[in-house]
Amino acid sequence: MSTTFDKVADIIAETCDIPRDTITPESHAIDDLKIDSLDFLDIAFAIDKAFGIKLPLEQWTQEINDGQATTDQYFVLKNLCARIDELIAAKNAA
Amino acid sequence: MRLEYFQMLDRFVEVKADEKWIRSESKAPTQSPVFEGHFPGYPLMPGVLMIENMAQTCGWLVSAITGFTGLPVLAGVKEAKMRGAIFPDMEFTTEGKIVHEGSGFAIADGKIRSGDTAIAEARLTYRIIPYPSPEFQNTMVTWAKQLDFPLEEFRKVDSQS
Repeated sequence: MSTTFDKVADIIAETCDIPRDTITPESHAIDDLKIDSLDFLDIAFAIDKAFGIKLPLEQWTQEINDGQATTDQYFVLKNLCARIDELIAAKNAA
Repeated sequence: MRLEYFQMLDRFVEVKADEKWIRSESKAPTQSPVFEGHFPGYPLMPGVLMIENMAQTCGWLVSAITGFTGLPVLAGVKEAKMRGAIFPDMEFTTEGKIVHEGSGFAIADGKIRSGDTAIAEARLTYRIIPYPSPEFQNTMVTWAKQLDFPLEEFRKVDSQS
């Protein structure tokens, strides 16, 4: 059974044509993988579909712009995957 | 429709709000400066304007599901195919369906047909930004009414959800 990280890394590799073996849990989607905001919409679409969730991108962006969060909290892949797992758990608990 | 003003559809004629699906109807103008250049003596609606027609049809739908508070800005066009031509005076319909509502973005499929003939299709990505002012919202709602946009259908969905 593949992990959340495996699925997300596969999505990023396929969506952005990034070699899969360069994507690690420590990779920062923006700073390391150079994924821009438009490409991230495609990734968000694929993640939403794959996991049956809705990544709260607007909320995250607002928190970062307001200085309440750093991009690392949402865009380092191990952190992104932790957020995804939280959203899945919240959906299953509802 | 007035190509040179980017008024790219005539009216909305059918909606299934619960399915987030809509259909518009248009008739290509008899004359337009666009046709003078594309092409002299053989006027054809440019493919990019077919995409704009689909983008506007789906865009109104995206704006409606935000309660006319969000402006859908076209951010991506994928799998665009122009299967046929649109000539002056030709009537055609455009279907739009939202396939995903994300956080701050939406993805929709557009299809143009003339009768039973498929003319064009594309998958469209929109960023959704807030309307810049209450006045702008009033302008858009007034414009929607002029296009026979079924505002009430979306209010019904809002009240049910």
